[in-house]
Amino acid sequence: MDRRLFLQALTAGTLPVVSTSLFAAPTFQPRFLFVFLRGGYDAASLLVPMQSSFYGEVRPNIGLNRNRSDAASVIRLNNDWGLHPALRDNIYPLYGKGQALFIPFSGTEDLSRSHFETQDSIELGQPLQGHRDMSSGFLNRLAGVLNRDSNNFPAMSFTDQLPLIMQGSMQIANAAVKNVGKPGIDARQSQLIASMYQGQHLSKQVDEGFATRDQVQEQLTQMQADEKTKDGTDGNRNAISTRGFAVEARRIGRLMQQQYAIGFVDVGGWDTHVNQGNASGNLATRFKELGDGLAAFAGEMGNAWGNTVVVVVSEFGRTFRENGNRGTDHGHGTVYWVLGGAIHGGRIVGEQVAVEQHTLLQNRDFPVLNEYRSTLGGLFARMYGLNGAQLDYVFAGVKGRDLGII
Amino acid sequence: MQLFPQFTRQMTRAGLVCSLSLCIASCSSAPTIASSKTIPEAVGANIGTAMPELLVQRISWGINTSSAMQVRGLGAPRYLQQQLQLAPMTNVPDMPQAVRDQIAAMTISQKSMMEIAAELEQMRQATERKDASDDARKNYQQELNRLDREAQSRAILRALYSPQQLQEQLSWFWFNHFNVFQGKANIRAMLGDYEEQAIRPHVLGHFRDLLLATAHHPAMLRYLDNEQNAVNHPNENYAREIMELHSMGVDGGYTQRDVQELARILTGVGFNFKREGPPRLGKYQDQYVRSGAFEFNPRRHDYGDKVFLGHTITGRGLSELDEAITLLSRHPATAHYVSKKLALFFVGDTPSPALIDAMTATFLRTDGDIKAVLSTLFAAPEFVASLGHQFKDPQHYVFSALRLAYDDRPILNTQPVINWLNRLGQPRFGHLTPDGYPLVSTAWDSPAQMTTRFEIARAIGNGSAGLFRTDNGVDLPGFPKLSNELYFTYLQSMLGPNTLKSLDQAGSPQEWNTLLLACPEMMVR
Repeated sequence: MDRRLFLQALTAGTLPVVSTSLFAAPTFQPRFLFVFLRGGYDAASLLVPMQSSFYGEVRPNIGLNRNRSDAASVIRLNNDWGLHPALRDNIYPLYGKGQALFIPFSGTEDLSRSHFETQDSIELGQPLQGHRDMSSGFLNRLAGVLNRDSNNFPAMSFTDQLPLIMQGSMQIANAAVKNVGKPGIDARQSQLIASMYQGQHLSKQVDEGFATRDQVQEQLTQMQADEKTKDGTDGNRNAISTRGFAVEARRIGRLMQQQYAIGFVDVGGWDTHVNQGNASGNLATRFKELGDGLAAFAGEMGNAWGNTVVVVVSEFGRTFRENGNRGTDHGHGTVYWVLGGAIHGGRIVGEQVAVEQHTLLQNRDFPVLNEYRSTLGGLFARMYGLNGAQLDYVFAGVKGRDLGII
Repeated sequence: MQLFPQFTRQMTRAGLVCSLSLCIASCSSAPTIASSKTIPEAVGANIGTAMPELLVQRISWGINTSSAMQVRGLGAPRYLQQQLQLAPMTNVPDMPQAVRDQIAAMTISQKSMMEIAAELEQMRQATERKDASDDARKNYQQELNRLDREAQSRAILRALYSPQQLQEQLSWFWFNHFNVFQGKANIRAMLGDYEEQAIRPHVLGHFRDLLLATAHHPAMLRYLDNEQNAVNHPNENYAREIMELHSMGVDGGYTQRDVQELARILTGVGFNFKREGPPRLGKYQDQYVRSGAFEFNPRRHDYGDKVFLGHTITGRGLSELDEAITLLSRHPATAHYVSKKLALFFVGDTPSPALIDAMTATFLRTDGDIKAVLSTLFAAPEFVASLGHQFKDPQHYVFSALRLAYDDRPILNTQPVINWLNRLGQPRFGHLTPDGYPLVSTAWDSPAQMTTRFEIARAIGNGSAGLFRTDNGVDLPGFPKLSNELYFTYLQSMLGPNTLKSLDQAGSPQEWNTLLLACPEMMVR
């Protein structure tokens, strides 16, 4: 991607910081969406080691077929890795265009194997040792750095509540866009309510809430109208299924295309201890829905897709062996995805080792060779041209590693 | 948040001698540490006479006219002791007859889980026949949903109308601590029984009994996959969460090895809804255990010895689990972790280490007597100082608004309440993961949460909101009486000038209600 485009945004203008959502993002501005798969998805089913005979031995029921090229078999990406077939029609085409890449052996040094502990520590993005500020998430700090002198990087969490990653000294907006109804509190009542909160510590949330409510309402109403004029139907424009996450993802796409430069969304249901399936089944269904959603998001971004980077992560990977119930238990290393219209994709990047029994961590999990703060730090530094002090504010004590993503 | 300045004004007006700061100072001795038998006299004394209503706000789902009368009549200490059931209940009415009738009419009140499960199993089998119709599948799912809704309705009605408010809050707290999710498999059919049998009898009892009861209940064993956990087919899901979430906490000092060893101890622990005799188990026959739906199947158990938390547990059957649970329930990490959660729930986001330590000490000394641990908490000056400052989570918000509005007129339909809790992100039994809903305010005070609360304030403030729609579809009229005696004797004095100013500009009683329910003072307890 043309780095100048990213950098232009930093010098684009100086507006007083009032709220992160009151100003629309200019079209040339970089967009960043962080997708958190909560539950620890089985990365060894997403990105399958093609050369590992051990894989076949320890996954007799949940292993994917690597030797054929039919629709139910692994899609070969290179000599070492193949992709889950549920992503054939959504993510694989992006990979082919150089707009998707994967980083195996990714994750954190947190070895608790606890969903909640590990999610929290990733969202905080602070060193594991020593004092941690439990109310400062790293996307909040990123928004803080980028909006320090202007307000060019409005941030938004597309969730019901504000997740830890978005909590901190900046007030970040949030709105779950799965269901959006017309508000019943009118403008006058909103004013009366807002004035009750003046001087109270909740006033920022209340003001931000009303502003965001109106903007989301306006954009999504416009989106619906656009779709009606385009094809005369009420939605379902894309060939891709718009069930579940895809509806949400397209709305997020519209809002980020128009308004927000930094976004967050989470997707649950990945904790597959039992009957996770293989080419079909529980996990495959989740992959399909996620892949369809991300492809729909890319489509909705339109021209802005060229300035957009999406990172998909999960708190940990799962055991490399299947367990006694055709599922997998909590593991360690996972696979991060990066998507974007102008990334150097179509590759598997980062440190890698051959996947065999002796390379597993504690003889059970993928090791972590690409620590996430270092990966994301390197990415942010490139995307936004952050200097050392700015990066240190986002990820204290981390030297970003440039994996050549952009 | 600052205590409302009006509070001082109110006290001055009321001519109370004891100011807030005096009251705290006079009670600033160390938290009472005594056996539970000696606690009753001390607990609640530190509340003084200054703020009984604030005490009610904290330990109930929200103040209403009847609870205000109750605490004013009894005084804070006696009220608190009654809520802890340390004193005999006097002058405390049961739930209104209309509410008791609603609950009594529910299937979950009339049939045991075994009976419900047997009927559902028949319906499920009907869906698996070759000629099964779509209707069969629909009927099965609808019945599961109906049972789930019954359990939600019962919980909501109790929260709104039970005089035993502390127990109702604790029922929510402990369910949340031992969370199961309605959306997994057929857990919807087990929720009512789980709450009634595994949680509610023990909410003020010994912590060990909660651990044991949940470990023996089908809802938990299904939710965390232990029914699948068998010798040579390990599934460590439940074992990990017992230690991480139910007892020691993630920093409690256990290892991955401990997780695997506890998983081995838990092999064979499951359930069985069929009413058949024990299977033939040969030499294991006398090891088989069946109690209600609970089943220990020795054929699935790993009989090897285990080393768990540094102790060797001899492989011998189900009693290994008792031994492990006893170890866990007496572990200092458990005492600390559970005390901290209770403090987060009853004091706020930042309980002091000293308070948690005092509660931990009580926990260890009393073998996890929850009543005693809570007594230590309630006796702490820190608890008193925190009254009125805690941000309400969505349930506290919705329930407190409804308790205020419909204290004297039981609602007939809980569906609107269920919908509101959904919209606010805290549906009863609807948390997917075993960690339960977060207890800290930052999890709930987002911009979208606030605007959604205002929408719900409007829905409740505007009129009956469907709360009086009967089963046969008649929507009876209803209107929230918020401008009532409690408002003039208490609530009004708690409101800040900005709130009073907005209320003055209300164009209708509906709008006045909406503004009152949306005001910042309504967001804290």
